[in-house]
Amino acid sequence: MRKVVGNAPVRSGKVKLELPPLIDNGNTVPLSVAVDSPMTTADHVSAIHVFVEKNPQPYVISAHLGPRAGRARIATRVRIADTGTVIAIAQTSDGSFWSDSVSVVVTLSACLEDGLI
Amino acid sequence: MNGPGRKARVVVHLPQQARRGEIIEIRTLAGHDMETGFRRTQFGELIPRDIITRFACSYNGVEVFRAELHPAIAANPLITFSTVASESGTLEFRWSGDNGYAATHSAQISVV
Repeated sequence: MRKVVGNAPVRSGKVKLELPPLIDNGNTVPLSVAVDSPMTTADHVSAIHVFVEKNPQPYVISAHLGPRAGRARIATRVRIADTGTVIAIAQTSDGSFWSDSVSVVVTLSACLEDGLI
Repeated sequence: MNGPGRKARVVVHLPQQARRGEIIEIRTLAGHDMETGFRRTQFGELIPRDIITRFACSYNGVEVFRAELHPAIAANPLITFSTVASESGTLEFRWSGDNGYAATHSAQISVV
């Protein structure tokens, strides 16, 4: 996370991370991130990053957008290894960082229990 | 497996027609195992990582959305994003990844 944010402060707010709180199967979890932003040339979200705290490699996705997105919202499907915290960080055009986090409970984990081949 | 010889399967969903200035939602799906590189075979050997690492969308040649993907993206990566329908034209989608994976798709949109 520090690699993305550097030493800049990360404030909570503006970002809305949505995913189910109870996950049966960590191999494919729908997730969406929406950021409250007018998305104009002067004031827009330039990047959205998602991290899953307990994964062997926490970095999930970094999306780069701009005023032409119209709306700062992305959705994808992720793998979650274990019960823990999922964090979304948005970077705005003025260089500030905003975040939201959600605690999830995983009953069948990705990575570890997805069977042998 | 997603060897270089395999034809890439991608699905893109977006409206064919939109009003000028309307925000349109684009859903993209690429057929790919997204092998994480953390799993092992029954003999304990690590299965090498094989994922899609980059996705980009350009609208009449101008990039409007780009994403870097990591192993924690689920198999058959679904990416949903939006853009403003500014003019009629072509949207080009590109995926690229490990082991020379590359896929492209283009779609037309008419803006009225």
